[in-house]
Amino acid sequence: MTKEELRIGVFVCDCGSNIAGVVDVDEVQRFAERLPDVVVAVRNKYTCSDPGQQEIQQTIFDHKLNRVVVASCSPASYEPIFRQCIQAAGLNPYLLEMANIREHCSWVTPDREAATPKALDIVRVAVARAKWLYPQDEEHIPVTDAALVIGGGVAGMQAALDLADAGHPVYLVEKKPSIGGIMAQLDKVYPDIECSI
Amino acid sequence: MMDVGRHPRIELMTNAVLEDVTGYVGNFKARIRKKPRYVDEDQCTTCGDCVAVCPVVVPDEFQMGLSSRRAIYIPFPQAVPSAYVVSAEDCLGRNPIACGKCIESCEKKCINFDQEDALIDIDIGAIIVATGMDIYDPTALDEYGYTRFVNVVTSLEFERLISTGGALGGHLGRPSDKKRPLRIGYVQCVGSRTQDPDRGNPYCSNICCMNSIKGAQYLIDNYPDTDVTIFYTDIRAFGKGFEELLMRTRGHGVRYLRGLPGEVREDPHSKNLWVTVENTTEKRLEKCEFDMLVLAVGAVPAVDTEFVRQMVSLSKSPGGFLKEAHAKLRPVDTPTKGVYIAGAAESPKDVRESVTQASAASSRASILLQKNHFAVEAITAVVYEEPCTRCGQCANVCPYGAIAWEKKQIPQIISAACAGCGTCAAECKFGAIEMRHFSDQAIYAQIEAILEENCQEKIVTFACNWCSYAGADTAGLSRMAYPPHAFIIRTMCSGRVHPEFVWYAFQKGAPVVLVSGCHYVDCHYIDANRSTVRRIDGLWDKLIKMGIRPERLMLEWCSAAEGGRWQTIMQEAEKKRQSVTSEEIELTRAELSKVRVPRPRNPKPADENSAAQFHCHRCDQLWDGRFNVEWERICPNCRSNSVHWLRPSH
Repeated sequence: MTKEELRIGVFVCDCGSNIAGVVDVDEVQRFAERLPDVVVAVRNKYTCSDPGQQEIQQTIFDHKLNRVVVASCSPASYEPIFRQCIQAAGLNPYLLEMANIREHCSWVTPDREAATPKALDIVRVAVARAKWLYPQDEEHIPVTDAALVIGGGVAGMQAALDLADAGHPVYLVEKKPSIGGIMAQLDKVYPDIECSI
Repeated sequence: MMDVGRHPRIELMTNAVLEDVTGYVGNFKARIRKKPRYVDEDQCTTCGDCVAVCPVVVPDEFQMGLSSRRAIYIPFPQAVPSAYVVSAEDCLGRNPIACGKCIESCEKKCINFDQEDALIDIDIGAIIVATGMDIYDPTALDEYGYTRFVNVVTSLEFERLISTGGALGGHLGRPSDKKRPLRIGYVQCVGSRTQDPDRGNPYCSNICCMNSIKGAQYLIDNYPDTDVTIFYTDIRAFGKGFEELLMRTRGHGVRYLRGLPGEVREDPHSKNLWVTVENTTEKRLEKCEFDMLVLAVGAVPAVDTEFVRQMVSLSKSPGGFLKEAHAKLRPVDTPTKGVYIAGAAESPKDVRESVTQASAASSRASILLQKNHFAVEAITAVVYEEPCTRCGQCANVCPYGAIAWEKKQIPQIISAACAGCGTCAAECKFGAIEMRHFSDQAIYAQIEAILEENCQEKIVTFACNWCSYAGADTAGLSRMAYPPHAFIIRTMCSGRVHPEFVWYAFQKGAPVVLVSGCHYVDCHYIDANRSTVRRIDGLWDKLIKMGIRPERLMLEWCSAAEGGRWQTIMQEAEKKRQSVTSEEIELTRAELSKVRVPRPRNPKPADENSAAQFHCHRCDQLWDGRFNVEWERICPNCRSNSVHWLRPSH
């Protein structure tokens, strides 16, 4: 467990009018700033845009951030992009958390009075989770460039040939004294009544 | 076949069996036992001098026993490798004193009875299982008289009778008198599409209709005066060019009669066959005479498939064929990373389908093999040694076999094989497994944050990354409005949801807890969400026992496409939430602090398919059914998945 001081930065996205049209984004930014361990909260028009990402990176440097929360859209759409973004600024990509205030809030809560409090809580939950994120190293697993094909019927033969033609060494194991399988026992095959072998 | 034999990058090992496979994706080790051929493959010129002197005559298995071979033989003329082989079971004695005639006859001196089993160890990165299929043995179907009547043959035997390189040397003849049959009947669905386990398998074997139609066309082309009748239940000619071939044979006078023979009798003198059949289109009984009857036998899993399946920990489908990782999205992958399936090992297939699937499997394997290494997303499991009691429960529930455990040993996570679903961590009673990036502490912190203020207005929602969370995204993309009280905790799989998380949420004042994940068929971690259900069953049991309304714990499956369903689930959850008073919440908090977290309900093998009672916690529907761990539970009345399997009363 880390003993380092938590320095969380929250980046609240307007997403044009997608979020800002329903959610009081300024209030979200002010709320985030007051949360414990949050040292800075920034509002962007489009956080995923180049200027938006540059602002994240600049803020990481300026405020020595060690956790980043992006309050915008679903991680399904932009988590990989923001991970790359903070990685380029020297942070481990696993120190990012996303607060989905678009798909799960502004787009499904037309009532402004209800949408803003929900967005605040979503950000609160994301910041709470961010405190328990740690740098993670991805393990790199070596790969032996060779394949074993079990069975020398038509499927095994074709698989072995394709892999071998693609440049990979192949071991083809067949229990019987010859390859060929059931296919070799067929005289003709449908639908064109052509020879099987 | 020859291409395989001479390819510089293919090491062909025939007469060889797989003895053992260890390791994991990218790093498998296999041991192969190559049995002696007693003939030097490289030296043999296939002159056949040895065969001429061999005194042993045995049925030829390649010709389905319709002709004979010697103890030293070549399986068929085009065999690869092109070399003779001595059958150790048939040979009079590999001791030259006993016989040894072949050794003397071999000019090149390539017969060597001193050859022994060779064990070959290889390192490989990927495995393709292509163990194929066997054919159904129709002896049990007594009414067809297979083995009792000499002129009743299987479709594969017919293939060897009609083949140019076949048992009769290219002349079509029937087994009894080698005379050409002029009236041939085909019986479809032999051993297929039956609910009676004594009469075959429930599935359609896919290939038999077209194989019989092909046989009919071949007869038309080569023996046009043959009368062909095909007895069928339905003709399944659904592939490219199939219907056209069916129509061609119809145009040539092949008779298709809907109805399967009820009885076959043999004329003791002519050995002809009398078939009694109900013609179901014309609603009358018919008796037809044939010179030969062909049984279109179905396919069954190859015996060796089961052996390989256990060795590389693969799952099987109900029929016994290998189960793919995902029927729609990953049809040639298996649950074990780095292992792929091709051909009829997965389901009955014809040549074209087998070839297509083989190319797909090799392409998938190639994606892995072309890399020197691959990165594993850092969401895998980690075992803490101190709290671990070495019980091995984690290894039991891992869908990937990614946890290596031996009795009284600390389980070892094979990161390369771990997919990060977290069902091991949810199964551990001792907090000994941590998921990297989806840690228990982070999830508890999220629960606390959700319930920090106005807890009675919050619905704690667990949603799996792939389906439910994405389904909520779809609702958003489609602007499907719903009440704003649910807060989502994203986990990779609903199998990550530890009963303690749910318990903790209720302790912290949650009026409603919703657990959501993929539908059974969509589970992105093979079957990890079956464990979710076990755990929720256990929680429901305990809530009821404590007088807490079980409907406050909701279980719903929602796919990534089901935005509308997510909206409905949210509306339902909100209705539930409004029904929970702050007094009820306080009471629950007090009650829950007294008791331990309930354990998952573990079905016993005896529970499978046994009569069971189910209760829907959404609409209160109660019904009787059968318990099957693989069946997604759904309320017949309201379609909710909050279906409680009531503990069977003994």
